[in-house]
Amino acid sequence: MAKKMAIIATKGTLDMAYPPFILASTAAALGYDVQVFFTFYGLQLLRKDLSDVKISPLANPAMPMPIPMPVMVQMLPGMESMATMMMKQKLAKHGVASLEELRDLCLEADVKFIACQMTVDLFEFDKSEFIDNVEYGGAATFMSFAGETDICLFV
Amino acid sequence: MNFDKELNARGLSCPLPIVKTKKSLADMTPGQILKVISTDTGSVKDMAAFAEQTGNALVAQEEVGGEFVFYMKKG
Repeated sequence: MAKKMAIIATKGTLDMAYPPFILASTAAALGYDVQVFFTFYGLQLLRKDLSDVKISPLANPAMPMPIPMPVMVQMLPGMESMATMMMKQKLAKHGVASLEELRDLCLEADVKFIACQMTVDLFEFDKSEFIDNVEYGGAATFMSFAGETDICLFV
Repeated sequence: MNFDKELNARGLSCPLPIVKTKKSLADMTPGQILKVISTDTGSVKDMAAFAEQTGNALVAQEEVGGEFVFYMKKG
């Protein structure tokens, strides 16, 4: 029987969006049955349009910067978009797949995406903004799969 | 070394070489050999790990001019 992996994706920033999709697509390639449970800000990763998924240098002192930048500068309008643009360029230059591409590879490999119904209601998300291949459920739905897994991660 | 299909994974970073290797193997028959060319240094360990976990055999590998070439026999 195939091994199983479950991931809880709770973050909606560009940097934190990568680990769930990278691990899920890789595990699927290795023959695992994979489910990803998207909750809280992680739900942003299920939007059809991922252009709002950004990275912020603010409160992120470990982020490598081309030049040292004081926090007072990082908080200026436009800095978040600039940091996001620079990070995307860097990712592309190094041959790292886009989030959209990795997400498509997951779906192609039958990774199951579950959106947390409670958070969808809480944030009043419009389900029509999400991709089609999503199931909606709660913690108990996740547990029924997670309880049988070989790997279970919280991102 | 003879091979039945070639995958150009040059310039791609983790996890694409592995994911694309898996996809390339999908329509091949057991015993056939897939040649994978990668420039990702991480793929050296990852391809061995992929083979070990999927029942495919990494029958040969070499480094040619900064590129890593793998011969994966479908299991």
